[in-house]
Amino acid sequence: MSANTKKMISDNMIWGVLVLLIIIMSIGNKNFLSLANFKTLLTGEAIKGVMAFGVAFAILTKGIDLSIGASAALIACVTGALVQSADYSSKILPGVGQFPAVAAILVGLLMGAAIGLIQGSIIAYTMMPAFIATLGGQLVCRAAAKIFTARPVSNLSDGFRFLGSAQIGPLPVIVLVFVVIFALAAFILGQTRFGKSLYAIGGNDQAARVAGINVQRNLVLTYVWCGTLAALAGIMLAGRAGSADPASSGLNYELDAIAAATVGGTSHTGGVCRVSGVLCGVLIMGVINNGLVLLGVDDNFTNIIKGVIIVVTVAFDMKKNTKKA
Amino acid sequence: MSEEYVLEMHDIVKEFPGVKALKGVKLQVRPGTVHTLMGENGAGKSTLMKCLIGIQPVTSGKVIFKGQEVNFKSTREALDAGISMIFQELSPVLERTVSDNVWLGREPKKGIFTDHKKMREDCLELFQRMGLELDPDEKMKNLTVAKMQMVEIIKAVSYNASIVIMDEPTSALTESEVEDLFKIIGDLKAKGVAIIYISHKMDEIFRISDDISIYRDGEYITTERAENLTQDEVIKLMVGREITNMFPKVECPIGDVVFKVEDLCAGRMVRHVSFDLRKGEILGFAGLVGAGRTEIMETIFGMRHKESGRIIKDGKELNIKSPKQAIENHIGLLTEDRRGNGIVGLLSIRENMCIAKLNLGQYGMPLNQKQMVKDTQQYIDSIRVKTPTQETPIMNLSGGNQQKVLVGRWLLTEPDILIVDEPTRGIDVGAKAEIHSLLSELAGQGKSIIVVSSELPEVMGVADRIVIMHEGYVSGVLDRSEFSQEIIMKYATSHKEEAAG
Repeated sequence: MSANTKKMISDNMIWGVLVLLIIIMSIGNKNFLSLANFKTLLTGEAIKGVMAFGVAFAILTKGIDLSIGASAALIACVTGALVQSADYSSKILPGVGQFPAVAAILVGLLMGAAIGLIQGSIIAYTMMPAFIATLGGQLVCRAAAKIFTARPVSNLSDGFRFLGSAQIGPLPVIVLVFVVIFALAAFILGQTRFGKSLYAIGGNDQAARVAGINVQRNLVLTYVWCGTLAALAGIMLAGRAGSADPASSGLNYELDAIAAATVGGTSHTGGVCRVSGVLCGVLIMGVINNGLVLLGVDDNFTNIIKGVIIVVTVAFDMKKNTKKA
Repeated sequence: MSEEYVLEMHDIVKEFPGVKALKGVKLQVRPGTVHTLMGENGAGKSTLMKCLIGIQPVTSGKVIFKGQEVNFKSTREALDAGISMIFQELSPVLERTVSDNVWLGREPKKGIFTDHKKMREDCLELFQRMGLELDPDEKMKNLTVAKMQMVEIIKAVSYNASIVIMDEPTSALTESEVEDLFKIIGDLKAKGVAIIYISHKMDEIFRISDDISIYRDGEYITTERAENLTQDEVIKLMVGREITNMFPKVECPIGDVVFKVEDLCAGRMVRHVSFDLRKGEILGFAGLVGAGRTEIMETIFGMRHKESGRIIKDGKELNIKSPKQAIENHIGLLTEDRRGNGIVGLLSIRENMCIAKLNLGQYGMPLNQKQMVKDTQQYIDSIRVKTPTQETPIMNLSGGNQQKVLVGRWLLTEPDILIVDEPTRGIDVGAKAEIHSLLSELAGQGKSIIVVSSELPEVMGVADRIVIMHEGYVSGVLDRSEFSQEIIMKYATSHKEEAAG
């Protein structure tokens, strides 16, 4: 076997794991391998999937973003409050009229970008570990959401809910958004200066700087990208559920997103990330979540299985990478 | 026969995916001798040693140590058996003390507690035995590289090692430190310890070696007593051809001044430095380690904060605050620390080569992948980078080939001024000569080049003029006709006034 084929196989082994899981699940439950269930699976994973494409960029640069679940909640609440119908009696912002959906979504995305900008600037210019900076961000965002509203935000306009719950023909829009973000992430990492710079920064930030890369600016942009996608996820979340809850919306979503990116081969030691791998990671997490529900497995056991799969795949990955070095 | 050797390695084969790094290699080491391994980078010396001490498993072959066939699975097994390796890149635990480092992982116990007293005392005893003056309670990070190396050697001795492997041990040492090292090597020899020594420095090899084994492209060439070999013979055996000239300098016309540095100050290491550089000129920078040469280049290149002074290129004053701005002004810097801030190890040759040009935005968006492939191939061909593919991760290449990729990276940005800092450090003789001729060729094309080097023969061989530094100041400038090792050393060790007087 040539070195190239070997490399191809080891790079794509993760897809083998996915196929294996699908086979196991479909043996366990006949309904698993149906178009309807596939749709359910994708709809269920799209939000975390969008987040995963964001946080994967941060991980690629040896960083992390723990704030995305909480910032999604904050933005879900704020944008949700902007699109409650004007005559709704328990409106969160009674003095404010109903925003057009597009305007509310734009506000949300800008908020996400701003949160990313702040966190990214702290990380890039103080060289604080991203773990700490975004842990702080997580606490602040979650608390801000709870201060903004103590009760769930509901009665959202249909236009606003388009991204989360509409269908175009047989295709849920939420899945479409996920696919578009996948394509965008793949384009950025593969076809732009920004993407190539992230690989260099993650691989060796000193060398990246000498090669003329503005490391700090690229790091800030990374967290802006990550924060914007978290905002998009929050908008999808509110749209899908028809409401946003400051305490429970997006809770622990960052962990699932990080897990998906990690299982998909994004290396926490930096410099390694394949968008197709992240896609596969998202699907693997989806198959586990969805399949185990169909098999009637208890939620706690599902988490144990997820935990084991994450650790085992990363262990394999580490072994592969250390062998190379 | 086997009694004569403490270590024998026969028919060692090591295969990596796609590469056969060792093709049936032999090594026989006599006790109480210094046995030097020689070969160009990529010849397989380091791989052979890694196989020996269990960092990498051999594909096939036989290792006999003290008359018994062995197959170490880890460095720990090798250490316990009495084979210890001192790596080129030391990896001490910087925040802990010297004695903590010596006994790392096998601290003596008193009940369940670590016996710090015993660690300390045993350490002192070892230091005395080797005639070293070191405080066992000193934190490792406060030691010089040379002292750290001594600690590593002490560690090896504490394992009662019968073989100590040293990979390029002098690359970061000053001359007096090298003498100390050689003294310790002598002591070890006298105690019957065999030293396997890897180095590219010819003069030191002939000083200390008893036996020399030569390897080329993963194959065993020969083993000879050192006294039966000459430097030229060794080089010829290593590269498989004769290198007629280490410094193939082509005389070419030198034009007007294109670059001027005036009264540059940056910290303690760059004090009121002025010099100029002409079109097509190669300007050498000599001086002792710590004279501030690297710091000047980093200041010019925007990696360090400039306190005062002017940098003028083509009659225009530049205000460079980052490497990016330097590159935009057609200045390139090949740094001295190839692994630290040169290559991005995980990335491919193509990505490493194109990265600087990419950041000038010259590949458009979406990136013009075809152009990147073409650019990379152009330099793989023209500066002869030895690699299976453009997609090969750069860390799989030898040091010389990595350096060539980095040269290619800078040439792609079309620099007028190329600064190369220790361009041939840790590179074998064959690649060295190639890099020298490449520099000369580039000067011939009208580029201006600054060469910083600690190897006097190198600066004297390639440069048209030499600037000599001492403690942050320029202490002298010599024209090619004035070059001599003695004069350069005189300027390098004294202030301007003293040297002039």
